[in-house]
Order: sequence, then structure tokens, then C-alpha cells
Amino acid sequence: MQYEPVIGLEIHAELLTRSKMFCGCPVVDFTQAPPNSAVCPVCAGMPGTLPVVNRQAVELALRVALALQCQIAPVSLFARKNYFYPDLPKGYQISQYEYPLAQHGKLPIQTADGERLIRIRRVHLEEDTGKLTHVIGEKESYSLVDLNRAGVPLLEIVTEPDIHTLEELRAFAEGMRHLLRVLGVNSGDMEKGVIRFEANVSLRTVGSAELGTRVEIKNLNSFRALIRATAYQIEQQMAALQRGETIEQETLGWDDTSEMTFSQRSKEEAHDYRYFPEPDLPPLVVEHAWLERVAASLPELPFARLKRFQTQYGLSAEDAALLIAEYLIADYFEETVQAAPGVAPRMIASWITGELFAWLNQSGERLEEIKVSPAGLGELLRLVAQDEINLNTAKTVLSEMLRTGRTAGQIVAERGLKQISDADQIARWVARVLAENPQELKSYLSGKETLINWFFGQVMRLAGGRADPQQLRQELEKQLQSMKSNSS
Amino acid sequence: MTPMLTLQEVEHIARLARLTLTDEEKERFRRQLSEILEYAARLQALDTGDILPTFSVLPPQNVLRADEIQRSLDTEDILRNAAKTEKHQFRVPPVLDIP
Repeated sequence: MQYEPVIGLEIHAELLTRSKMFCGCPVVDFTQAPPNSAVCPVCAGMPGTLPVVNRQAVELALRVALALQCQIAPVSLFARKNYFYPDLPKGYQISQYEYPLAQHGKLPIQTADGERLIRIRRVHLEEDTGKLTHVIGEKESYSLVDLNRAGVPLLEIVTEPDIHTLEELRAFAEGMRHLLRVLGVNSGDMEKGVIRFEANVSLRTVGSAELGTRVEIKNLNSFRALIRATAYQIEQQMAALQRGETIEQETLGWDDTSEMTFSQRSKEEAHDYRYFPEPDLPPLVVEHAWLERVAASLPELPFARLKRFQTQYGLSAEDAALLIAEYLIADYFEETVQAAPGVAPRMIASWITGELFAWLNQSGERLEEIKVSPAGLGELLRLVAQDEINLNTAKTVLSEMLRTGRTAGQIVAERGLKQISDADQIARWVARVLAENPQELKSYLSGKETLINWFFGQVMRLAGGRADPQQLRQELEKQLQSMKSNSS
Repeated sequence: MTPMLTLQEVEHIARLARLTLTDEEKERFRRQLSEILEYAARLQALDTGDILPTFSVLPPQNVLRADEIQRSLDTEDILRNAAKTEKHQFRVPPVLDIP
């Protein structure tokens, strides 16, 4: 029997607010801040305290809901999700349940097979939990609790089980992270755990509409863990079904070190959260005017920008994706295109993804810090497009621009780098190189034709790199050709 | 008339709430909880299909706060209620069977 995977995802994303979801404690970097240094009676769950919703958290959630084309509830409700775990000081998490902020959205993804829409079931607001550190000693084991993260605004996004391949899974997860960053709601720092995934994995016979028993995998804090854990789980279920066994519904954790899933929560207790409406919070009202204001502030969304870069600028899908991966870079590209109308956008794209990326990698500078503005890069590339300087020279000039901050015009004028396209001069250089290298010439004439590139290099060296490369090649071919006909 | 809760159901609820009950308490709560459920079951006789749940009796009006930072408590005050601490953290019994 042929089986296909059916995968649904839950994404938990911390929202980039200054303060926590229900109190004024600062949101700190949990990997840096001293433990329990950003905790107050509200987020420590002390009796008698009351939560108050952070307006900015709602606004950021609305950005995501709108970008995912969800239907947004005019009134939504907070609910208590009850369970005991030491990372949860109140004994319940404030979340949303029956009446979430938003439902029925979609996110487009692009894979080798084309474009697909992954449906979003719901988007809701909740609070993050504290951080546990498990200490395993020889005599005794215990856990340490840091509540800095408890109460940080968290957005939960749940998909429909629309993902069927690992490629789609990756495209969706990466697309979601990109969207959250572009919307300015999440830093995207996966290594700090600001985006976490849970995957629901089941198998069904190909073509069947019925879903198999699903297994839930928690703690997936990197793309790698998400893909590996899902692949592992698919293999396990595939093997079990082929042995004629049934799949048991369970919740698994993922262990990054052993790359295996392990059973995490006993089945009979799972999902018995005894939800009920949060009595300490009034319903959340999203008025039309608020929604419109948020909608008007959204940037162009990644998928739309990806398409536009291909149609408007004629870029390949790969180049377009490289540029829009960072919106600052995409903006830099578009500003350069504006500054240099005579230069093909494809050429600008390849200079940015080639030379400029290499510089960023090598210097460790961020784009905001480099000394070359879009107008500066535009000026340089105009010189190339107008054959004033050749490609190799342009690369040298750009690296000097990046180092010193001087303009292309200044560097070219001062160092006499202007391209030489004087036909007589180029002919003289070619003739001289051929005359000075009789050995190589003989080899060439007796059939070792690749030597033409060596000759080209020699002439360019003699010309100080300034000869018009196209003209040089033509002249070189012409002189070699006439020698060939003379010698035969 | 809704059937009485079973002893297993009472034990399950107690376990979810991390309560240890004596046999006598289990029986007592079984009776009390069953009575509460029976009372609530009367409401189910009403047809509320077209009625939105009353989640709040307050007028639908937001109470939101601006995203502003306020001073947290000092770490030592936060830890004052802890039975055990270590490295400025709450120290609690182990919670996960780590593979």
C-alpha cells in the first residue's frame, strides 16, 4: 500500500514587545539576563494580582493575522488552560481557545512543484512559560526554574494538515519565519527559541481523504530539528504500518543529540486542560478602525515581493529569493535600480548577491554599515554598462569603495583605470605578447587552442587590466586566426 | 438524572489537580461533584443553539495597557517564597523523564 504523510504545524512565536503580555516586566534576552531578574507578582502568579493585556501585543498579532489573510474576530476571548508544570507559576496558562483572535487564513509557499496554499486554521494570543533547566545528578535529580520568560507575549499559529512533503514543510517553516521578521513581530533568532514548532504527523493511503492516527512532536526549535524529527516519525509510522501494526496517538519530544523522538506525556492526561473563560480579563474587542490602521501599515509581503522582483526586474527566482531574504537588501537593490536607470536590474542583482554579499561575509559588516550607498553602487555599474571600465576593474574599484568610502568616479579618475578601447593600442599589445611568447604560440598553432585564454591574460596584464575585454578578445582571435592561415 | 461519577473519574480529576485524597474523601467528592454535575445538567435541557455564550457581563470595551516597562521585583524578593533555590532559580523536584 502507498502511504503519504499528512503534516500540520503549530508555530509559537514570541512577539517583539518591550514589556510582557499581562504586566510591565521587561522582555529580556533569556540567554543573557540573570535568572528571575524580570519577574513581578503578576507573572509569578501571586494571589490577588490581575493581568492587563498589552496593546502592542494585540497589534503585532493583528499584523500577522492580516498578513495571513485571516478572518479576524471582532470579539475574542481569553481562556485558562490548566495544567501543572513548574514553568507555569499560576497553574494555568492564559491562552485563547473557543474564540481565538483570528481564523481561516492562508500562506502561499513555493516549491519545485510550483505554488501551493497552506491553510491556517487559527491565530491566537497567549503567554510564554518560564524556562526549566533539568539537572541530573548522581544522588538526586531536580529542575531549576527561571521565570524571566513567563508571561512574554506568544502568538500561536495553527495550520490545517495541508503539508505532505518535507520540502513543503521546509518551505512553509522558512516562509513563516521570514513573514514574521518582515512584519517586525519577531526577531527570527531561532537559536534563542523565539520561534518553536510542533508537528502533527500522520500517514494515510494515497488518495484517501481519511486521516490516520496522528502523533504530536514537541520541542522543535530549529528547522533542522523540525525536518529531522518529522522525517524520523514518518519512517517509524511507515514501518509500523507495513508490519501491520496500528499507530498510537501520543505526544513525543525530540532529542537533538540522539536524533530520536521520545514519549513525553502520558496519553490519558494529554489534552485534558479543563479550559474555561479567563474571568480576570474582559473580552478583547478589535474595532474596524484599528484593523484598518494596522492593515495600512503592513509592508509588501514576501510572496508578493518575490513575484514582483521576477516580473518587474526580470530576475530569476533564486536571485529574487536571495534579495528578499533580507528586506534591507531588497530595498538596497531597488534603490540602486532607481539610481542607475541605464543598468540592467539583473546585473545589479548579481553584483549585490556576488560582490556585495562576499564583502558582508568577509568584513562582518551589516548592510546598514557599509560605506557604499545604492547611488554609489549605481554610479559604478553605470561606468561598466557604458564601457568606461571593464568588469575586473570594476571589482577592484568596488572593493576600494567599500574599504575607503570614496566614489567610483574619484577612484577611476585618480588611478587612471578608465578602460582603453583604442583599437590600435590594443592591436599593438596583442602583437607584442604573441611575439614575446613563441613557445606558447607554437603550441597554440599545433592545436592547443585553450592557450587563447592564457594569451588573453598576458595582454590584459600588459594593459594594466584596463583594455576593453571584448575588443581585446576579438583582436586576439583575429591575429591568431591570420597566423593559423599563414602557417597552414 | 445523570449517572454518578465513577471512582476512576474522581481519581483522574484529583490527579490532574495534583491532589491526594483519602478513600473517604474520594467517596464524598464523588457524591458532591455528581450533584453539581446533575444541577448543571438541568441547563442542558434548554436550547441555546442560537444564543452566543455570555462570556462577560461587562460592556464590550477593551481594557488594554500601553507597552511600557515597569520595574520588576528584586530577584531575592521573587525567590522569597521558594522552598529551595539554587543559582537564583527555584529548585523543584524533577519534572521530566529524560531519555
